[in-house]
Amino acid sequence: MKIKKLLVFIIIFFSSLPASFSIEPDIFVQSTVNRASKLLGEDISKDEKIEKLKLIAKETVDINGIGFYTLGAKRKNLSDDEKNIYSKLFEEYFLKSFSSRLAEYTNPEIDVTNKEKLNDNYTIVNSVLKATKERPEINIDWRIYTKDPNNPLIRDLIIEGLSLARTQKEEFASVLSSNENNIEALFKVLKEFSNN
Amino acid sequence: MKKILVIIITTFTLIVNVHAGSDGELVLKKNEPSEIKDCSETFNKASFALNQGLDRIIFKPVSSVYRVLPSPIKTGVSNSLNNLSNVVTIPNNILQGEFALAGVNTGRFLINTTIGILGFIDVATYLGFDEYVKEDYGQSLASHGVGPGCYLVLPVLGPTTARDTIASLTNFVGGDAWYNVTVRNDTNYFKDIDYYVSRVTAGVDFRAKNFDSIENLEKNSLDFYASVKSLYLQDRQQRILNSKKIIETQDDSDWEEIETQ
Repeated sequence: MKIKKLLVFIIIFFSSLPASFSIEPDIFVQSTVNRASKLLGEDISKDEKIEKLKLIAKETVDINGIGFYTLGAKRKNLSDDEKNIYSKLFEEYFLKSFSSRLAEYTNPEIDVTNKEKLNDNYTIVNSVLKATKERPEINIDWRIYTKDPNNPLIRDLIIEGLSLARTQKEEFASVLSSNENNIEALFKVLKEFSNN
Repeated sequence: MKKILVIIITTFTLIVNVHAGSDGELVLKKNEPSEIKDCSETFNKASFALNQGLDRIIFKPVSSVYRVLPSPIKTGVSNSLNNLSNVVTIPNNILQGEFALAGVNTGRFLINTTIGILGFIDVATYLGFDEYVKEDYGQSLASHGVGPGCYLVLPVLGPTTARDTIASLTNFVGGDAWYNVTVRNDTNYFKDIDYYVSRVTAGVDFRAKNFDSIENLEKNSLDFYASVKSLYLQDRQQRILNSKKIIETQDDSDWEEIETQ
């Protein structure tokens, strides 16, 4: 009888675990921002900062999801092999682009101000990058992918209403359209960017 | 000149659809950046290259000096330029049926021009006026359902659309009081040069405010022309809709679609 009770307790305990570990998107954004900000304020070389920023991005950004969004309708016509090559090249491109953009900042102060749940998959978290002597205050919204509430991931940054993922998507579309929609041309451009 | 204007206006009316009283969803759809065609891509890319050259030799060096000026001076210049833009914003508030806002902006303009010393100090904001939002004739046309037409890049002036280019001509035929008192009428108080200096300063102020972002974007873009086009059209869309909320200015269907693949 005691064993049965213990078993029931264990089952209930473990089944309730996922709920207790779910992370609120705004807390996730603030903690990610704090980690990046602390790193950018450290007295280490720019290259070291870039490498550490890449690790943070790998943990917190849905790079694969952004990659397929960025590819637009073209993703529907790719073979599995092409999708694999694209995912690999996109990750390298994204990490280089993302980390070198962020590495320019020193001690950015970002405060999370609000959040708005769009549906089960997405929540928009609003934040403010505080003004410095060189630039005014900037509003940054984060599109957080919350399909797995225990592991929220960043899918887009919207700076003053301008979506980076969307800009990237239109940029990729332009590369494809000026090369007769040939995916190999996009692969080549991505490789060149990552190797430079 | 008259012939060119007639051709432009005829072309414009052919490429846009006018639907007076269209709802917000239609305005959103019409101004959707991916729907706006780059009809004169070769010309646009040549203009873009020219503008990049001008930026490198004029705007970038000047704005790099401007951005190290003391903050109160930069803020004051920015405030003065914003204040001056009220003379275009107020008629457009009226054209868009925002009569209360036109009243607020008129009050803002009077207070800032007088107590705020020609707009240098934004006294109205200290007094609790709402945040100032610029409006122009292109936005007014869009709010009445006029589509953007083709995307254009004009030499020196930069990215725009066919609708906004035509609409901006209103400024030169009486729609901009600042242009009227400087360039059109020979007053004892202002000269042509005052208008042109204010326009160039606005360009330098914009470039200085976005100095790092532009450098960063150029360095990290696979296709800088396409990036600028996308950002310009997204910005224009949210100005037309008077919203920075992503769910009001962007179609989310593509984000949902990747879930199923």
